Amino acid sequence: MNPALSIKQFLNDMRRQKLRTMLTMFGIFWGTCAIVLLFAFGKGMTEAQLKSQKGLGENIGIFWPGITSREYKGLASGRRIRPSEDDVLLIKSKATTLARISPEYSRWNVPMKYGKNTTIRNVVGVWPEFSQMRNLIPDYGSRFLNETDMAAKRRVVFIGNRLKDDLFGDEEAVGETVLINGVPFTVIGVMKTKRQDSSYNGRDARKAFIPSSTFKTMYSRRYLNDFVAQCKPELTMEIARQEIFEILGAKYRFDPTDEEALAVWDITKGFAFLKTFFLAFRMFLLGIGIATLITGGIGVSNIMNVVLEERTKEIGIKMALGARKSHILTQFVFETLLITGVGGIFGFLFAYTVVSVFPMFNLEDYVGIPTVDIWGGVGVVLLLGIVGLVAGVFPARRAANLQPVQALKLF
Amino acid sequence: MQSIMKLRQVRKAYTTGTVTFEALRGINLMVNRGEFIAVVGPSGSGKSTLMNIMGCLDIPTSGEYRFENQLVNSLSPNQLADIRNRKVGFVFQAFNLLPYATTYENVEIPLLFAKVSGRKRKQRITELLARLGLADKAANKPTELSGGEMQRVAIARALANEPDVILADEPTGNLDSASGAEIVNIFRELWQSGKTVIVISHDVSIAEHAERIVRLKDGLIETNGDLSREQPASGTDNQSLS
Repeated sequence: MNPALSIKQFLNDMRRQKLRTMLTMFGIFWGTCAIVLLFAFGKGMTEAQLKSQKGLGENIGIFWPGITSREYKGLASGRRIRPSEDDVLLIKSKATTLARISPEYSRWNVPMKYGKNTTIRNVVGVWPEFSQMRNLIPDYGSRFLNETDMAAKRRVVFIGNRLKDDLFGDEEAVGETVLINGVPFTVIGVMKTKRQDSSYNGRDARKAFIPSSTFKTMYSRRYLNDFVAQCKPELTMEIARQEIFEILGAKYRFDPTDEEALAVWDITKGFAFLKTFFLAFRMFLLGIGIATLITGGIGVSNIMNVVLEERTKEIGIKMALGARKSHILTQFVFETLLITGVGGIFGFLFAYTVVSVFPMFNLEDYVGIPTVDIWGGVGVVLLLGIVGLVAGVFPARRAANLQPVQALKLF
Repeated sequence: MQSIMKLRQVRKAYTTGTVTFEALRGINLMVNRGEFIAVVGPSGSGKSTLMNIMGCLDIPTSGEYRFENQLVNSLSPNQLADIRNRKVGFVFQAFNLLPYATTYENVEIPLLFAKVSGRKRKQRITELLARLGLADKAANKPTELSGGEMQRVAIARALANEPDVILADEPTGNLDSASGAEIVNIFRELWQSGKTVIVISHDVSIAEHAERIVRLKDGLIETNGDLSREQPASGTDNQSLS
């Protein structure tokens, strides 16, 4: 059929059924818009959440001292288990499930001073591996603690980005000397800004990190505050936890299945929960979007039925002039696709505009950056196509199956 | 003379709910190529049903209808569509033009269904519009035309694919006498140029031009004969000639 004439006919139908066509198009528009937006925001939020979870670390578990809850080999329950740096070395040498491990000494309310700026913050003593486990990434032109710092018990410090702002403002920090508890330390690195949604000892951005060897010398500590372990990527933290409990259980003689011997925070559990939660969240959004589109599709089908009623005579005329069933069918399906197409394109463009404009509102910290992904777009287009076809095919078949005489008589 | 349409014991029944109405009750009719036939009869006598069947818009309930020796009863919907497209041109009382399309576009429709190329379409339409005195109305829509002009557009459309047969159902029924006379002349010219013309009409002037008058009553042919054996325009002649 002549496309120009088809479009003319379509516009003519639209004029006759202005409100209904508009409402229908709006239904499709809204459905598309909803799906794209929900997906974009769903994705943005998921990524923001996962990213800030990763701010604390990936595949890690944090182990604090604990108290045994069971009798074991003649020993009473209720004994304190307090790991030392030697225990961490022991675990490091024996464990096969771990990728990294680091002790962590911690001291609160430590005065820090640079020039005239003073602040009171948290100092932690750790191994160089701590940086990779906890995603402490050095900013340009700086570094984290290394083995030489450890061996020489150097007075060097790696500071969080906000601590840097507090002490140095806009000035360069690396290479400068700060007084920690009155002791001069050279700043070797500043942490690159990161998002962190959970912590156990204050946010990393306001902490000062020094070698554990230096910390031990300064504060004469025997026991650790905690230690952080990271399992091998192909294993789970739960397996690693069991191994750690077996190693330390053998040394301190506690039941390796006694979960209270050490207090453990397995980050990966929260991660898994979050992943499941967001998957469910997105499925929910998808469901809403699809339901909206189907409603729109029913609208399209409905309007095409009205168009069919109105155009029965025209169909009769065309059949008298030699139109085959396929001509009638094609035209109806074409019109349906045009309605869904126009609605869909506008819906997509609108959603895209919203997503593009959104970063201007600076709400990134709350909902992340929404992104329209290509496959989402392709999916919506396919879905729309299916909705359009299904909506169009039934009225179209009804139209094409009209007998010419019946069609001509109905006026 | 070579026959183009042959109807044998053609019956057509319509069923509405439980009521069956027989519009045609056994029609025997032969139409020769190049004839000008007028079909007359009171309303409800089956004239339009007969035309629909002859034009392949509808198929008989029983009996046999051959168009150019093809048994129409056995043709597929697409084959029927092709006959309507290429072999038969319809002219209706109510013109049946597409309201949103221009004169040019209305005439173009059958050519589009016949997949005629763009250049040939244009040539053919221009020629037809000139022949029917519509050259200056090509861009007008039906609402901007007079009744006579609309019917001429409908005739141009019917002629688009150069059919052998023109079927017209009360073509002058909605026109004033002057426009009606104009249309009658066109049909006459078409007949003279070799087309087979079958017109359903109450219009005496058309019947006057016809070679043969087929009179229907209650779904049967009452009389079937040429004008020379009938009182012209008497309209009440009940004498059976078949």
